[in-house]
Amino acid sequence: MIWKSAEYNGWGRVLKARGELARPERQSALAALPPAAAIGNCRSYGDACLNADGKAIQMTRLDRILGFDEATGVLHVEAGITVGEIARIYAPRGWLPAVMPGTGFATVGGCIANDVHGKNHHHAGSFGQHVQDITLLQNGKSRKVTPDKTPDLFRATLGGLGQTGTIVSARLKLLQCKGDLMTVTERRAENLDEFLALFDSSQATYSVGWIDATASGNALGRGILEEGETGYGMVPPAKRSRSVPFDAPGFALSPPVVRIFNQAYFRRIPERGRTQVKPINDFFFPLDKIHDWNRLYGKRGFHQFQCVVPVDATGSLREMLEKIAHSGLASPLAVLKRMGPGRAGYMSFPMEGYTLAVDFPNRGQSASLIARLEEMAAAAGGRIYLAKDALALAKRLKAMYPEQPKFAAAAAKADPEGQLATDLIRRLKLRSQK
Amino acid sequence: MSQTWILLGATSSMARAFARALAARGDSILLAGRDMADLKRLATDCAARGAAMAEAVKFDARNPAGFAAIIARAARQDGQISAAVFVGSMPEQSAIDAAPELIEGTVSDSFTGPAMFLQRLAPEIEARGGGTIVGIGSVAGDRGRIGNYVYGAAKAGFHTYLSGLRNRLTRAGGHVVTVKPGFVDTAMTWGLPGMFLVAAPEQVARDILRAVDRKKDVIYTPFFWRYIMLIIRMIPEFIFKKMSV
Ligand SMILES: Cc1cc2nc3c(=O)[nH]c(=O)nc-3n(C[C@H](O)[C@H](O)[C@H](O)COP(=O)(O)OP(=O)(O)OC[C@H]3O[C@@H](n4cnc5c(N)ncnc54)[C@H](O)[C@@H]3O)c2cc1C
Ligand SMILES: NC(=O)c1ccc[n+]([C@@H]2O[C@H](COP(=O)([O-])OP(=O)(O)OC[C@H]3O[C@@H](n4cnc5c(N)ncnc54)[C@H](OP(=O)(O)O)[C@@H]3O)[C@@H](O)[C@H]2O)c1
Repeated sequence: MIWKSAEYNGWGRVLKARGELARPERQSALAALPPAAAIGNCRSYGDACLNADGKAIQMTRLDRILGFDEATGVLHVEAGITVGEIARIYAPRGWLPAVMPGTGFATVGGCIANDVHGKNHHHAGSFGQHVQDITLLQNGKSRKVTPDKTPDLFRATLGGLGQTGTIVSARLKLLQCKGDLMTVTERRAENLDEFLALFDSSQATYSVGWIDATASGNALGRGILEEGETGYGMVPPAKRSRSVPFDAPGFALSPPVVRIFNQAYFRRIPERGRTQVKPINDFFFPLDKIHDWNRLYGKRGFHQFQCVVPVDATGSLREMLEKIAHSGLASPLAVLKRMGPGRAGYMSFPMEGYTLAVDFPNRGQSASLIARLEEMAAAAGGRIYLAKDALALAKRLKAMYPEQPKFAAAAAKADPEGQLATDLIRRLKLRSQK
Repeated sequence: MSQTWILLGATSSMARAFARALAARGDSILLAGRDMADLKRLATDCAARGAAMAEAVKFDARNPAGFAAIIARAARQDGQISAAVFVGSMPEQSAIDAAPELIEGTVSDSFTGPAMFLQRLAPEIEARGGGTIVGIGSVAGDRGRIGNYVYGAAKAGFHTYLSGLRNRLTRAGGHVVTVKPGFVDTAMTWGLPGMFLVAAPEQVARDILRAVDRKKDVIYTPFFWRYIMLIIRMIPEFIFKKMSV
């Protein structure tokens, strides 16, 4: 059968869709389908990858490597291949995707459509800045998009949530790496000021901060800065991945449990810090080792709030952290990171500043807390990340994404009948040209 | 020793996963099938993943006249020649009821076409004193069910053929693996009702490769289908005939 009627969901498992899914195994099968929203591995948390009561095309089986130029490091791939697979094949040969999000399961199509960032954003910029060309399928016609020859369409496609056509393949400039090992240094930051200072002085190629979102008072904003460099040598044997066999009960993430966990997680790093050698996956994709870890949040699922605020808005960052700590809702998964200015598209998330991402179980006041955080991010001149969002209101989006009109115009040209729209696009009225 | 594999029906996602596993070992691969455009893309993919050689070749199970050329191409390779058969087709039983002529094609794709091919290949394996044949059968071949008994019958015929071929090639140092998959998440089963415990093609490919390395004769994949089929085969016919499993 071509269309399968299925229920599927975003990674946070709060938003779900029932609809018709096709999963073409080859290009001719894709070409035979009517235009419809394309989705990857549904690692977006909210409804970016959902099209309720409509059709969606899952691109994961279109995952062939179409060529690699050893001299330039340019890799040509079909859009359904995952960044983890590219890293697995090419890291031992000295190359890595220039930008990798925190999960290796993200497909190249998904990375383009959300113009994702990685732990090296402050140096390398966003995923799209390493994309040399994209082949789109627009209403049955194939179209090549490049930053130089079709700049408007390129900028509308990077971070364009799939609205300018189905991403069929792309050429990516890979980054040279020393091998498939990481030297990782972890240091404690006792509070927010210390944390931000550590980030600002960090020289590392890759850096990311775990933040204890339950800490308050003098310890507000404490956490651990992880800095990494690629290396080579003996690879410690990779641990087998595990999966979560059932939905966890609600108390697993109750406030006292999270506080105790975070306390221990923080103290695990000695005060003077420590340096270890790890397989690259452990550094880049720490959560991928546990399949379906999203089930740890129980049946009701969870939300991730992610925003970025400008460098001078550290006051707002502090207020947000206070709100989160007092809510008692935060889970242990919380990340702070310095971002550079790099972004490739009209709707790209990154801006120079600090990005904060915190997971909240879907219960009680989570939704209203996130709404408040969103307002604070907007007021600070920042924005929220659409790949993570399930709750934002359309009226707040335009201020955060000033180039949305250009995006909407390009999307209207590419897909006049709106056949590529997803639940997120409709909820946030992102294709509206008014 | 250098290995060359001929994969028949290489456009199947199960075959693709198996081809990639072979590529990672540095084997040479002839990707045989009908959709040359897709096979060429797959050949590039396999080469990028480490295959010593990967080439698309035209193969139609219903056109035996084309078989000799593929075997001749393989015979130019040094080392052992092996083959894995992923070809098969499963029209809906209702379509067959409406047009019984479809039985001929179903049997050609799933049994007689591949058998004619392997029959020509066998002397090459014997001459080289080794090589493996992998035949993808099906749990559907273990018992005739109301929903797909023509397909099941073709697979049962193929199982029996493989058993005899094993008997023959073993004498010359060759080996034959019969693979009986349960439900696998491929184009064939996408959206079909009644699917459960569906395995990923990569998992099936891993099982096949392990069976090749360990010279297993008959495997079920995933393994638990051995037990499911054990039970199903034990049901007496006078009860089974009233069941719709
Ligand atoms: C554990 C975890 C960690 C993460 N860490 C990060 C991080 O560090 N940085 C970051 O930026 N993001 C991060 N993310 C988010 C993730 O990288 C993005 O949501 C990414 O887009 C997911 O890719 P996907 O293939 O699953 O796409 P999906 O979620 O399925 O789809 C995402 C969007 O891409 C579109 N799309 C997908 N494929 C195509 C195609 N072929 N053609 C056209 N449109 C397409 C969809 O329509 C949708 O709008 C993380 C997610 C998780 C679960
Ligand atoms: N999926 C399951 O649950 C399951 C379970 C048990 C056994 N199997 C068996 O596993 C094998 C692979 O199937 P699949 O599930 O991956 O489905 P599939 O994608 O439909 O694969 C069938 C393959 O056979 C090829 N083929 C069919 N008729 C042909 C012909 N006349 N000439 C040449 N090639 C022909 C197809 O080529 P084209 O691309 O050109 O059509 C395709 O490569 C089949 O033998 C199937 O019977 C599958």
